Amino acid sequence: METHCLKRPTRRQFLSSVAFTILAGGAAPVMARSISGRLPWEARSADPPVQVKPGGWLFFTLEEAQTMEAVADRLVPADDLSLGGKDAGCVLYLDRQLVGSYGTSSRLYTKGPFMPGLPTQGYQASDTPAQRYRAGIAALNAFTRETKGGKRFAELAPADQDAVLKDLEAGKITLPNKVDAKSFFNLMLANVMEGFFADPIYGGNKDMASWKMLGFPGARYDYRDHVSKHNQPYPLPPVSIAGSTEWMTR
Amino acid sequence: MTTILPRKDAVIVGLGWTGAILAHELTEAGLDVVAIERGPWRDTATDFNIGYAQDELRYGIRRDLFLQPVVEAMTMRNNTSQTALPMRDYGSFLPGNGVGGAGVHWNGHTWRFWDSDFQIADHLRDRYGAARIQDLQLQNWGVTGAEMEKSFDRLEYLAGISGKAGNINGLIQEGGNPFEDPRSRDYPLPPLQMTYAPTLFAQVTKSLNLHPFPTPAANLSKDYINPLGIAMGQCTMCGFCERFGCANYSKSSAQTTILPVLMKKKNFEVRTESEVLHVDLDASKKHARGVTYVNTSGEEFFQPADIVLLCAYGLHNVRLMMLSGIGQIYDPNTGEGTVGRNYCYQTNAGAQVFFDDKNFNPFVAAGALGQTVDDFNGDAFDHGPLDFVGGAGINCIPSNGRPIQTRPTPPGTPRWGSDWKKATVKSYKSTLGFSSQGSSYPTRGNYLDLDPTYTDRFGRPLLRFTFDFPDNDIRMSNWVSDRMEEIAKAFGGKQYTNTRRKKGWDSVPYQSTHNTGGAIMGTDPKTSAVNKYLQSWDVANVFVIGASAFAHNAGKNPTGTVGALAFHAADAIRQQYLRNPGQPLVSA
Repeated sequence: METHCLKRPTRRQFLSSVAFTILAGGAAPVMARSISGRLPWEARSADPPVQVKPGGWLFFTLEEAQTMEAVADRLVPADDLSLGGKDAGCVLYLDRQLVGSYGTSSRLYTKGPFMPGLPTQGYQASDTPAQRYRAGIAALNAFTRETKGGKRFAELAPADQDAVLKDLEAGKITLPNKVDAKSFFNLMLANVMEGFFADPIYGGNKDMASWKMLGFPGARYDYRDHVSKHNQPYPLPPVSIAGSTEWMTR
Repeated sequence: MTTILPRKDAVIVGLGWTGAILAHELTEAGLDVVAIERGPWRDTATDFNIGYAQDELRYGIRRDLFLQPVVEAMTMRNNTSQTALPMRDYGSFLPGNGVGGAGVHWNGHTWRFWDSDFQIADHLRDRYGAARIQDLQLQNWGVTGAEMEKSFDRLEYLAGISGKAGNINGLIQEGGNPFEDPRSRDYPLPPLQMTYAPTLFAQVTKSLNLHPFPTPAANLSKDYINPLGIAMGQCTMCGFCERFGCANYSKSSAQTTILPVLMKKKNFEVRTESEVLHVDLDASKKHARGVTYVNTSGEEFFQPADIVLLCAYGLHNVRLMMLSGIGQIYDPNTGEGTVGRNYCYQTNAGAQVFFDDKNFNPFVAAGALGQTVDDFNGDAFDHGPLDFVGGAGINCIPSNGRPIQTRPTPPGTPRWGSDWKKATVKSYKSTLGFSSQGSSYPTRGNYLDLDPTYTDRFGRPLLRFTFDFPDNDIRMSNWVSDRMEEIAKAFGGKQYTNTRRKKGWDSVPYQSTHNTGGAIMGTDPKTSAVNKYLQSWDVANVFVIGASAFAHNAGKNPTGTVGALAFHAADAIRQQYLRNPGQPLVSA
């Protein structure tokens, strides 16, 4: 017999509950409950992802967004294999991630004391990804303004942008305000690649461009017909969690 | 204020694989059992929903199903000269959370440890002499392989393991693992249908006179009804296994093999979103009164119980013992104390072969769909002329083609730009990877204790790791990497890589969630925390069940042995302990 069983609170209920925010860890916290005598199941209690929609920046300023679009287009350049990082939506993806639990490190251990660690101990600073982007983009543009004739990163020619990114990657550039060039580059690289290869539902990988490029079929979930067809190309195009463009046009 | 609840016969901390097995067994014996689970309730239809389970970002990268560091972090250092700092995000290993535990998002490799593991100290001393293992803190587990066979069999039939026996009652079986201990019968299901890469791996390793066989898998090769009457479905090789819940009821877990029966019992209850703070002992410190826990609303409860079963992840079991004052915390300087002793990990390395003319379709995959070679594992080979003990399984188990994480490129490829993209597209389908999963043997200096500085959200000290790969294990891994290089060359690809394990355990890149030891089983209360039935030597009505009991780690995934130990302990409680409750099953 169920002694008490409360439904999952909505996001708003959750945010308004102080007691919850002290203790809750995950993105979709649930109430403590007692279950006995039955296998519980409730209709409509699943927690599907919400489709990211373009339109306005929630985290970035316009200048920041332009900078990141320029970066994304150099990390994932447009060529005959795929569209570029900007058109693929990598910055839209990133913008939405930075206003969520990822951007605020709300799932991580953020208690002090903060001390410099060894490489084997991982990231030890107190800055969240959102704070690192805010400071990192400003530092990057300050650097190019200073050294590239007053231009912002986005205003440089692609070859010059590549050169700056290579120097960031190698740690050859000293950015202002103590921004660690190498570590900021690695953060941007990891996040742009996430956006490019994640399900399009998160705002990047427009029209499953990266999956088509690789031949990854996405969310298909059943390959029993193809297991024994060794060394033969898989015949079907990819599908996203949200479905496929072919389905929608029918 | 703490609310005191009505007494239960048994309280179980954590409802994953071991908690569910123990709960089922003890409720069958008529006990009134409550399980207290820190994470949420999880069921297949709701939480591993087929409409969106295949979401790499959410489950693979942001790790929605895992324990979040804000809930509990741990600190680490490589040796006592360093200051441990918190792993602010989990990386090297990823503990589970919620009903089903790490058994929800495992890959499903289901091994039996060997008799030469359970009796490792005697076995190696007899074969190679005491000097060979003097730098290691190797200990017998207190059980034999023959003694454990029945429990392994029960776990494999409960879970519907797909595989091929190599040794049935002493008779070597063609196509199975010739190095395994005798088993009483074959696996309940035949091996999974092989994809291309492991098929090629089997051909190549056979040509080198090795003995490849299908990796025993908790991904089901056929529909199956287990001994509890619970039906499971055939694996669809979707390629979303490790880090994901299975939406097909095709990967064995508490959800797919036990809970549908357990949850309907009137003498079982689970309380979710409720974290046990500590086990409460009486004044003698030799008897547990129950556990204290707090729920998500911040309410604190005392749950009295006659038996306390710690069935959380092994590391959490160890920390709970330390926080509760069960036994003495290990001190590496004196070698005294047992809780935290013999922490071990896994010593892995990997190789990749790049081809021009092959298409492996890496996305057609299951977590444990592959081939293994055990010729260089454990003590399957003569270490006489060598300078190490232990070994590694060599596995070709391509588990996925999920593109955020799985994008192999040949060495020298840039990480971005047009050349990166060309190389990525070229290598995505045409690269074959295989890896060694090596043993991890205990040393005096590798251990767990409580951190002096960092605390959790309730102000309790975090668990502290002091760990690095022992020299013996590095020599072992390098020697196995030499063998892998021979295999890699024999593939005849365009190019290969062979990445070797180095000292300096790094907590950032993912390696393995096979953390073992810290509350090890054994024959001597001075050097083990629990006896051969996983009963605390110090507090006789506490049992500590999980990989925390491993006296060392073998070159194998731990879950099969963890599950078998759960059945082994359950039998001891049902058949012996309940006759004389509160008494030690082994006299110290």
